[in-house]
Amino acid sequence: MATAVLETGERETYLNREYGIKSWLLTVDHKRIALLYLMGITFFFFVGGFFALLIRLELLTPAGDLVQADTYNKLFTMHGQVMIFFFLIPAVPAVLGNFLIPIMIGAKDLAFPRINLLSWYLYIIGGILMVYTILNGGVDTGWTFYTPLSTEFLKTNVVTAALAVFVSGFSSILTGLNFIVTTHRMRAPGMTWNRLPLFVWAHYATSIIQVLGTPVVAIAIVLVALERVLHLGIFNPALGGDPLLFQHLFWFYSHPAVYIMILPGMGIISEIVCCFSRKRVFGYKAMALALLGIAVVGFLVWAHHMFVAGISLYAALIFSFLSYFVAVPSAIKVFNWTSTMYKGSITYQTPMLYAFGFIGLFTIGGLTGLFLACLGIDVHVTDTYFVVAHFHYIMVGGMVMAYLGGMHFWWPKISGRMYPEGWGRLAALLVFVGFNLTFFPQFILGYMGMPRRYWDYSHSPEFQILNVLSTAGATILAVGYLLPMIYFLWSMRYGKPAPDNPWNATGLEWMIPSPPTTYNFEEQPVVTWEAYNYDEVDKRREEVPVAH
Amino acid sequence: MAEHISSVKLYVGIWLALMVFTVLTVFAATLDLGVFNPIVALAIATTKAVLVVLFFMHVKYAHEKLTKLVIVTAIFFFLILLSLTMADYGTRLWT
Amino acid sequence: MHTSPPATVEGEAHQNPALLHHFATEEQQKNAASLGMWIFLITEIMFFGGMFCAYLVYRFWYFGDFAAGSSSLNLTLGTVNTIVLIGSSLTVAMAVRCAQVGKQKAIVVYLLLTLILGLAFLGIKAKEYKDKFDEHHIPGEAAFHLEGHVPRHPDIPVNQQHAQIYFSLYFAMTGMHALHMIIGVGLFMFLTYKAHKGVYRPGYYTPLENSGLFWHFVDIVWIYLFPLLYLIDRHP
Repeated sequence: MATAVLETGERETYLNREYGIKSWLLTVDHKRIALLYLMGITFFFFVGGFFALLIRLELLTPAGDLVQADTYNKLFTMHGQVMIFFFLIPAVPAVLGNFLIPIMIGAKDLAFPRINLLSWYLYIIGGILMVYTILNGGVDTGWTFYTPLSTEFLKTNVVTAALAVFVSGFSSILTGLNFIVTTHRMRAPGMTWNRLPLFVWAHYATSIIQVLGTPVVAIAIVLVALERVLHLGIFNPALGGDPLLFQHLFWFYSHPAVYIMILPGMGIISEIVCCFSRKRVFGYKAMALALLGIAVVGFLVWAHHMFVAGISLYAALIFSFLSYFVAVPSAIKVFNWTSTMYKGSITYQTPMLYAFGFIGLFTIGGLTGLFLACLGIDVHVTDTYFVVAHFHYIMVGGMVMAYLGGMHFWWPKISGRMYPEGWGRLAALLVFVGFNLTFFPQFILGYMGMPRRYWDYSHSPEFQILNVLSTAGATILAVGYLLPMIYFLWSMRYGKPAPDNPWNATGLEWMIPSPPTTYNFEEQPVVTWEAYNYDEVDKRREEVPVAH
Repeated sequence: MAEHISSVKLYVGIWLALMVFTVLTVFAATLDLGVFNPIVALAIATTKAVLVVLFFMHVKYAHEKLTKLVIVTAIFFFLILLSLTMADYGTRLWT
Repeated sequence: MHTSPPATVEGEAHQNPALLHHFATEEQQKNAASLGMWIFLITEIMFFGGMFCAYLVYRFWYFGDFAAGSSSLNLTLGTVNTIVLIGSSLTVAMAVRCAQVGKQKAIVVYLLLTLILGLAFLGIKAKEYKDKFDEHHIPGEAAFHLEGHVPRHPDIPVNQQHAQIYFSLYFAMTGMHALHMIIGVGLFMFLTYKAHKGVYRPGYYTPLENSGLFWHFVDIVWIYLFPLLYLIDRHP
């Protein structure tokens, strides 16, 4: 097996094969595209985080004394839009999915490498439109663009924000399309559906949601833009339209969108839990079916975001009932991760710390979702900080932790370097503590009645102490997020060179060098083993001791 | 894997059927069928669509079940969008 | 279940410039392209689907005004357009067939026919839009007025606001459809050029076939738009 060597004596990898900006901007290598996305994702994460910090600073005191009310509306709107459309939805699929899926299935690249690059350009164009929106005075519709506020009454940059979301939506659709075709068509011999890593299954399920759901919000946004520009009345009650129709079309996508955000994270957790428990996943088929089940049932529940908006009570009952069902496959996954760990050989490296955090916090977030699915409770806590806490537990406690866990787990493969484990664990701890301090008080605040999206709560000064705790938590959380930024960058220069398989993990990605070559495999692999065959792998290692 | 090649006769035949259905749907619109007018119109449109999908788009001769699964999935979720949305609008005036 | 392709056939990869580097065989590449186009089409189903949903809601709410709006459309032109578009689906299918059997000159003929029919459709649509403009049936304009009454109810005048919602959906749906037609026409101009160069043959006609799928899909959207927009309550 010949390993290409460059003139400098270095082994040729996807990173050093070609230098120069053109080789990056015109690349079709899925690994390079993943890194291009990583830069955008990281940038937008900190932009969204910056808005969050301003929100938390305003809420330190009951009076609206840091910014004006309209500005506050812009802050939470742009925090939401940036975080959802430019960070959470693309992060795992476009970075880790892009990088790993072809390798995990034994392929040289995705099915459509040029469309992959187009996806990135669409993301960037959407991103530029978003940055323009922010710099040109922002938008204050709420990330949800509700009509007729967005179509009729606001003078802010609604159309450019809508366009930003529209364009980035197409990036998402094309990525989903690419992943589905790749999974069907590009698997290596022997890599049957039943041997696929759950990471791949997770992205497959995610992609189904992306291709079916995103177009609906796209058309909803088109109609909002047309209505705003041409003074139509499709969603305007003063002109015979129904604002709830917009909400139906919007939430038809935006509810499944939350599953777009979480399913890839679940895929990551399966990989990490199995590796750091040295065990096969408990109930592989159930785990795969649960992913698909979440994707399908996730499309049936959207109007639970509209319980108090004016939908009929009978529709509310139907959607409430259906919303309970969607918790079942998620719960199955939590039980199976736990069962996987049972009697496993658990070690606590940074990825596993994030996985533990995910399982606990996702569970809390998910259970509080059930509270919200109950009509009687929802009437009381909807549009309060209870909802805010619920979705942040899932998105931040769940998704962001999964993302960080995945970044740490696969960093050696991506960069060829080890991150410093001590700092990794410290950051994970800070993130966990900071997160809970930020968001647990918000459950209580919501229950006590503090409305969301309010810039001033001087009518209820008793809310202040919990808000102060929350802001303190946010500061700790920010430090926890900054640390990996710093040490990942540091590791690219000074980190220990990574072996092919630092974790002794199963999976095709660990059987190629770190970092990989451009075409991933010297020869097409032929797979004869099941996923997560840790028992076999560890037995082989015992028989042939290898110095680590 | 050899692709199925349809005959010219088949294509022209399907086209003729589509023409007939087009005339039929316009004609049916001129009749008072009460509540059945939209049902007939949609039934004819669906028949035409099915003919185009099966024969012009070669789905009848597709090698894999996957093609049909993809189409059925899309139709299913489209119908979910319509039916659950109408579950709201259809029941708003119920007391 | 479709299984993965056999191991790399190196000779084939080097000989055939149409085979992209990351595919093992031409068949794998063709199957990937096919599946890709079908997945794209289902995104289009959901894209148009959102507008069909909006249509359904407002037809349910404002049936009479929708019927009045529908009656103001030119049924003859709409029917002609339907016939034109279905005809273009036939010519597309014939073009693909010619590629399958190796009749390369005929491919160009059928593609040109498709283009002519497609452009005819767009021309007729433009005329219809102009008529709407002249009649002041453009939603959102200050001078909008749909005269008359709800069909078969001479005592119920048309509600101008509800009628504007009908026309908003009319223009949004037919406009989006026309946009897809324009993209299709552009695509087929490119294909005609390539066919003229002799690129398509029995072993390789994937772009032709997949573009045909796109064209047929746009035809199917019209097959539904026609009765839903033009044939609401047209009987005496």
